[in-house]
Amino acid sequence: MNAARANRDDVLRILGTVMDPEVPVLSVVELGIVRDVVVGDRGVRITVTPTYSGCPAMHTMERDMRAALMEHGFAEVEFDTVYAPAWTSDWIPAEAKEKLRRFGIAPPAPAEQGGLIALTRRPPAVACPYCGSANTERRSEFGSTACKAIHFCNACQQPFDEFKPF
Amino acid sequence: MTTPAVAGPRETPVANPLFEYVVRLGDDRLVLGHRLSEWCGHGPILEEDIALSNIALDLVGQAAALLALAGRIEGKGRDEDSLAYFRDERDFRNALLVEQPNGDFGDTIVRQFLFDAYSVLLLDALKTCGHAELAALAAKSLKEDTYHLRHSSQWMLRLGDGTAESHARVQRALDEQWRFTGELFVPDAIDDAVAAQGIRVDHAALQARWTDLVADVVTRATLTLPPAQPMAGGGRRGRHSEHLGHLLAEMQIVARSHPGASW
Repeated sequence: MNAARANRDDVLRILGTVMDPEVPVLSVVELGIVRDVVVGDRGVRITVTPTYSGCPAMHTMERDMRAALMEHGFAEVEFDTVYAPAWTSDWIPAEAKEKLRRFGIAPPAPAEQGGLIALTRRPPAVACPYCGSANTERRSEFGSTACKAIHFCNACQQPFDEFKPF
Repeated sequence: MTTPAVAGPRETPVANPLFEYVVRLGDDRLVLGHRLSEWCGHGPILEEDIALSNIALDLVGQAAALLALAGRIEGKGRDEDSLAYFRDERDFRNALLVEQPNGDFGDTIVRQFLFDAYSVLLLDALKTCGHAELAALAAKSLKEDTYHLRHSSQWMLRLGDGTAESHARVQRALDEQWRFTGELFVPDAIDDAVAAQGIRVDHAALQARWTDLVADVVTRATLTLPPAQPMAGGGRRGRHSEHLGHLLAEMQIVARSHPGASW
């Protein structure tokens, strides 16, 4: 592709091949961290928003996005970071959620809006991505990465990750 | 603009109250995040080791964004790394609560719970403040700290309403750390100055909401709220307990030994 004639959709198509290193079935576009793309004469300017404030994969994803675009001939790739509106797992499209499930990660339910949640409320059961059973329990709200929680399926006796609604 | 000193003889004039205010927010999260990172590899169970490290990451990430903002407000070319690694103890503006040592798991959970409750309520107020960038960071961080508060509250219940041993330990931790909570709600000249710039936090209302929230969890955990008592203070003005210097020595040594290094 000729970078000089590339448009926004071309850039988004390239970014669609850059995967989240910690959830390798989701591209950075599906993840929802790419908020805007502006193609200029010499390069491209990408507006990104972090998932979690301390997510160490953000740096890797920026590096991978830059590498992918440079491979396609873009001389300059610049990033702007924005914090508003705050990232939410609701931005992950339905078909990408299905990819998560097939990968063995329970996809996020719609995020709860604002406010504190009653302390003693039983969290809603998350369906097991392997066998579909709702007979599961949450082991920890914190998992192998900032975006995941650990659950256990009583039906198929498997631990599994949930992509947290956030 | 020079703002004259308003309190005691050892006060230094504050040239840029907004910078100072954002540094306070950043330092609370940096120091507490570093404290929690000390648990990495030492958690009582694997899930908890992961949880404390995750919370540490969130807080250090929030601190990085806040200190970067502070650096831009100051306009002297300092970024988040220079503010984190190349300031001395007296220039840190975190509250005394967050620099207290980890102690046992109960001490850590009590410290976290008292801070999380404060942080969630403060960020909830700041998310609509008149400074757009700060409001955005507050809204973002609030989502994370709501998780943290749920986690620390649940541990308060389990430890307080657990065994006689866990109950006694967490009650002792609550009694020992209570004196560090007063400082969180005492407004000073910095708060007054940023209020004029649209960052208005009603400290009395904040303290009332915090006390309600904390009392609710403490009571359900079968614990006893400590009595009113003299409160420690000084962290917001750079007067710290002996513990901060040790923490900074460990946190800053690599950056100071190899300035400008990256990996």
